Amino acid sequence: MNMKELKFKQKSRLWEFLGEKFIAVNAFVALIAIILIFIFIFKEAVPIFTDPEIREEVTLGKMVFKQEFYEGRDAKWSWQPNSEVPKYSLFALFIGTLKAAIIAMLFAIPLGIGAAIYSSEFAGKRMREIIKPVIELLAGIPSVVLGFFALIVLATFLQNLFGLTFRLNALNAGIALGIAIIPIIFTVAEDAMTSVPRSLREAATALGANQWQVSLTVVLPAALPGLSAGVVLGFGRAIGETMIVLLASGNAAIISANFVDSVRTFSATIAAELAEVVFGSGHYSVLFFIGSLLFVFTFIINFSGDMLLTRIKSRFQGKMN
Amino acid sequence: MTSTASKIIDTGQIATNGLDFKPKTQGNIPRGLTLLAVIIIILILAIILGNIIYGGVGTINWEFLSHPPENGMESGGIVPAIFGTVFLVILMVIAVIPVGVFTAIYLHEYTSPVSRLTRLIRVAINNLAGVPSIVFGLFGLGFFIAFIGGGLDSIFYNSEGPVWGQPAIIWASLTLALLTLPVVIISTEEAIRTIPRELIEASYALGGTKLQTIIRIIIPQALPGILTGSILAVSRGAGEVAPIMFTGAAYYLPYLPSKLNDQFMEMGYHIFVMATQSPDIEATKPILYGTVLVLLILTFLLNFIAIYIRSGMRRRRASLQ
Amino acid sequence: MKNLLITMMLILFGAANLMSGSAVTIKGSDTLVRLGQRWAEEYMKNNPEAVIQVSGGGSGTGIAALLNGSTDVCEASRDMKEKEYKLAEKKGIKPYRVSVALDGIAVFLNESNKVKNLNFAQLKGIYTGAITNWKEVGGNDTRIIIYGRENNSGTYSFFKKQVLNKEDYSDYTQTLPGTAAVVNAVSKDKNGIGYGGIAWAKGVKFAAVAKNEDGKYVIPSLETVSNGSYPISRDLYWFFNGKPEGELKKLVNWVLSEEGQKVAEEIDYVPLSKERAKASLVK
Repeated sequence: MNMKELKFKQKSRLWEFLGEKFIAVNAFVALIAIILIFIFIFKEAVPIFTDPEIREEVTLGKMVFKQEFYEGRDAKWSWQPNSEVPKYSLFALFIGTLKAAIIAMLFAIPLGIGAAIYSSEFAGKRMREIIKPVIELLAGIPSVVLGFFALIVLATFLQNLFGLTFRLNALNAGIALGIAIIPIIFTVAEDAMTSVPRSLREAATALGANQWQVSLTVVLPAALPGLSAGVVLGFGRAIGETMIVLLASGNAAIISANFVDSVRTFSATIAAELAEVVFGSGHYSVLFFIGSLLFVFTFIINFSGDMLLTRIKSRFQGKMN
Repeated sequence: MTSTASKIIDTGQIATNGLDFKPKTQGNIPRGLTLLAVIIIILILAIILGNIIYGGVGTINWEFLSHPPENGMESGGIVPAIFGTVFLVILMVIAVIPVGVFTAIYLHEYTSPVSRLTRLIRVAINNLAGVPSIVFGLFGLGFFIAFIGGGLDSIFYNSEGPVWGQPAIIWASLTLALLTLPVVIISTEEAIRTIPRELIEASYALGGTKLQTIIRIIIPQALPGILTGSILAVSRGAGEVAPIMFTGAAYYLPYLPSKLNDQFMEMGYHIFVMATQSPDIEATKPILYGTVLVLLILTFLLNFIAIYIRSGMRRRRASLQ
Repeated sequence: MKNLLITMMLILFGAANLMSGSAVTIKGSDTLVRLGQRWAEEYMKNNPEAVIQVSGGGSGTGIAALLNGSTDVCEASRDMKEKEYKLAEKKGIKPYRVSVALDGIAVFLNESNKVKNLNFAQLKGIYTGAITNWKEVGGNDTRIIIYGRENNSGTYSFFKKQVLNKEDYSDYTQTLPGTAAVVNAVSKDKNGIGYGGIAWAKGVKFAAVAKNEDGKYVIPSLETVSNGSYPISRDLYWFFNGKPEGELKKLVNWVLSEEGQKVAEEIDYVPLSKERAKASLVK
């Protein structure tokens, strides 16, 4: 080996080293991002726990429990951040978020799972070629467009249909949200069902089951973690979605069990109020606290969705070995 | 192995438990019900698209696509919004593609799929995909604008007004880049998996280094997947409003953004603004519908191209197995 | 391909020129943003070298931006709060206030609503949730659906201070992100009531408003707001950091000129009286 070759080798080894480091750095972006997101959002919420001036205005207890805001009046939950006596009861927003998400789930689960069952169990090749692009198109509609549609068209339709008092309400926002999460539920559920090993189906067929019985007694139970994952991930999206609820929900922080009242959700509250707040004020910290809650909540949801999917994967891959 | 085996027996158990199968005609009701779900989904899509096409198609003409808004948005076109959207997603793609592609390569070529590090990065990617878009908006404001931008200002421009520490197209595009990072990673990974392993091994056998193999084999071979990922990212990014509301989108600008620290108009945000803040909703409606239609056509077109490339890739993968 | 990439990079880095630019930024109140935009359009027509960018977001947003130094002009539909003045002092910003137009806050009703007149006590009752049925104020026996603005708007604060005596809005108030959204909602809801600048109303009717039960009920219009007989009206402001000079001074004096005020009138804002406009000019 002469000197020139050696030099070349060394140089290329240096490049290899740098290349690997460079690629590795990129690979850590996602990990670092998720950590930074949490740090930078929670950081702005910290004054609620530490700053004495802000704690006079708002504390964790004030955000959670009923408060007697004025002497002599009943204690209640209320979201009125721009008042003489600022009121930051997150409970009202929590109810609103939950109501919209529940309606979205009630609307999207039967449709998403139903269509997934049809697509994986009954549909012929041609039908599947229609369903797939339909779902992809639905998934491709930007949420602001769905919100716009709910605001202009769906709200009027629902109000006339049911004679509703509030034109913009939880039902309206929930259905629009439901449309947004159908693709998620469908895709994950369908994936899970089509990945059920053929041998399982064949065994049941051999025992005399018809197609639907195979689906009901073999495929569905086997794919159940996948179906649940779809539902869980859909729920996570429903909680965090912003533009749809901002446009379609009416944004009134009402505490009631009525599903056709207007609602105000966590995400829409941030979107509507962040632009106004004075940086570093109590209100500002509360909005970032809501952001932290959303982050933690969706993190848990996604994590459990992930676990479910890993379980179904290992279940079927074990089969193949 | 034993545990997976017992699981299989479990799933097999379900099948044998339901042994008293009924005659074969029983499948019609569930088949009909799930078909109904499919039909409802198709109808929902048809109604939304029909409504938007019907409302918007009359507005779209050359003037609409080539003029700025006039007369308080009641007439004129949407040129600045289209331009802003394009500029925004170009910056986003430049930021997200290298990071996404290198992450996928790192996960496949440098680490073992079962290592703790790989799993950690995967968890981060999946969770990043589930973080609500409004939380990205908060992060963009707290991290990019206040921390990075504000930091740059205090180092380089101390006494003047904010130069980088204010909403700007660069911060909005970086925020969107983080949001779309999982899309790019996942579709690049899918592409890497379709590369015949022999091709990569042949490269190593011929004395190719890892870096050479990546540059000459893996990246070129994975190009369709990278392309799909970028297109899907663009389609997602072009439709997101919540992350850019606080990080750079403007209500109205008389000029097109030309510097990285300019604010910009964007189609999704323009829709939101017109739907909530235009003075005369009835007069603005045609323009509003027209903008929605343009945005939809753009995202759908991108999605179709991506689906087309991906299905070609999947066929190749299927033929490999 | 390589060339294309290089060109693209060049364009980008060329674009990334680090200068902050000489554009005038106007930011703030949603009530004023349309007017600001029209003023900008007209002013730039006459002064092609000027570059003005306008954005909304609410008076609070504009004031925050002024305090952060990220806007040259802050449009506000209310005066700055004491808290904000204090913060300005702390940050070394000297707010300079100019009234640029007037605004009447109209009460919007659906066109089919029987109710014509409302006084302050009734409005307060409706908006705080004490009055919930239209028959209590002379209308049909149906529930009142109340619409209002998001709490970052100057209109929200102004209405609250002027009409609600600083009491809180009812929890049942549907808050919408923009006056147009309020107008649109009321135009579609026959039991709806809303409030907002008179420049915005299309497809709804105005209630005649009186301060006291036996006072004179006045419908808002350019005249009644301008001469002060309509009870819910306010000044609309531009705030600067310090007395405006150069381009900014030229701009604000043009806005206060007859030409500028006419632009306001054309799109249904209420111009300042000639004397007031003259008095406001920056010397």
